[in-house]
Amino acid sequence: MTIKAIREQFPILNQEVNGHPLVYLDSAATSQKPLSVIESMEAYYKQHNSNVHRGVHTLGTRATDQYEGARDKVKNFINASSTEEVIFTRGTTTSLNTVAYGYARHVLQEGDEIVLTEMEHHSNIIPWQQAAKYTGATLKYIPMEADGTITLDSVRSTVTENTKLVAVTHVSNVLGTINPIKEIAQIAHENGAVIVVDGAQSVPHMQVDMQDLDCDFYAFSGHKMCGPTGIGVLYGKKALLEEMEPVEFGGEMIDFVGLYDSTWKDLPWKFEGGTPIIAGAIGLGAAIDFLSDFGMNNILEHEQQIANYAQEKLSEVDGLTIYGPKERGGLVTFNIDGVHPHDTATVLDAEGIAVRAGHHCAQPLMKWLDVTATARASFYLYNDESDIDRLVEGIQRAKEYFGDVI
Amino acid sequence: MSFNNLDTLYRQVIMDHYKNPRNRGTLADESVTIDMNNPTCGDRIELHLQVEDGKVKDAKFEGEGCSISMSSASMMTQAVKGKNIEDALKMSSIFSKMMLGEDVEDVDFDLGDIEALQGVSKFPARIKCATLAWKAMEKAVAVDEEE
Repeated sequence: MTIKAIREQFPILNQEVNGHPLVYLDSAATSQKPLSVIESMEAYYKQHNSNVHRGVHTLGTRATDQYEGARDKVKNFINASSTEEVIFTRGTTTSLNTVAYGYARHVLQEGDEIVLTEMEHHSNIIPWQQAAKYTGATLKYIPMEADGTITLDSVRSTVTENTKLVAVTHVSNVLGTINPIKEIAQIAHENGAVIVVDGAQSVPHMQVDMQDLDCDFYAFSGHKMCGPTGIGVLYGKKALLEEMEPVEFGGEMIDFVGLYDSTWKDLPWKFEGGTPIIAGAIGLGAAIDFLSDFGMNNILEHEQQIANYAQEKLSEVDGLTIYGPKERGGLVTFNIDGVHPHDTATVLDAEGIAVRAGHHCAQPLMKWLDVTATARASFYLYNDESDIDRLVEGIQRAKEYFGDVI
Repeated sequence: MSFNNLDTLYRQVIMDHYKNPRNRGTLADESVTIDMNNPTCGDRIELHLQVEDGKVKDAKFEGEGCSISMSSASMMTQAVKGKNIEDALKMSSIFSKMMLGEDVEDVDFDLGDIEALQGVSKFPARIKCATLAWKAMEKAVAVDEEE
């Protein structure tokens, strides 16, 4: 499919912003949604809307079939062993917090270690900080190399037999670093620890295989992978999820309820208290169908091609710093010397180019980079090299503009 | 939006304050120190305000941020220095109105350089940058009154 044909699937991209055709380079914050996803949710609300797992009526059956059908699509998409291991949540943050509350707070004890990296998003730091405060466990960080990667030697020297939990991102939302999750999982397991992976920036862009990676928990969001906001997934190994207590209690997740005690449904429903995010799950299912039609390997290859082109073109610009390793996922983070990224982003916006500026919910990483903020351009299947050319032109305009004004 | 519109945001006087900030630095112990940041974007200001006999005797700031937040801090310290507290707070509320795009031409104060920030009201994403320093000032006054 040509880029033009792909873009036609995304109505939002066909508009002018501030008098220029929109160039959307902020998919790492949230991706745009194709027609098939929007229409799947519209069809659900127009024709099938009903609560799931309760009604004996026809609409209830249809809604349940579609909701559970979406779970099946997720299971196949990430190659989980069974749908029991696929829990629908509100997003990556909720997924990680579910592990922190339902697992870490029960299992960790004083003297235990939680191992993280300095490139984590706040949502993969703070739940562990809080769990550490609650249990008396300590936090440790795997040191980073100068290019923003971590080596397996550093993982080996940080993870010890006292380590009970390793929480690491698969792909950095700032540096684009792709971490060797399978190998890190192996080191964690050799030391008797579980591994929790933030997959918010990986699942939308590459093939992930739960059985191959051998992760214990894996979290991701629907809205970064062409799906709607408000839906995400927590994958967990069945044996661990069975051990865990639910985090939310109420309707939908119960088996028998008495006046003084109750029991829980089987997996995965014991973690889905209340009416679930039915339309969101259906939209996510449609997004998975959409992405699968292209093939995740093709999407990754396409994005890395753009990222390489962007690195090449941006490195030709004087007075511009690019952060992160050469080998990376589909994003480039940069700063123009002497121009604050907010100002860069405002000038780019005046040219119709949407980029993210700020600390990207990674304040410890900003500190490590010794910057207060950066600008970030992130790519998806609907971007191509012409978007990068527009970005580079925009950056030149920003440089000229601030060169003149300053 | 063209570059002409950008010019309404990045006025020359703003860039001058950004490049040559007034009152950058810290004050000794008798001042109130307020740390404030925009958690969504990372702008940070450390404001030192010395209040004596109901007047802002001195004001200095440190921090990091974009041209709008830092120039606004520079202008704010310049504007409130020497003013009595009541007038400083009045200016702050005039500034808030200005950020909402309200007409502030009829006010009693000579707004001086601050008026240059009027264009920020047309860039909703940047209003928080401009108001950070003023919020810090209001907080510093409140803390001073408590002490």
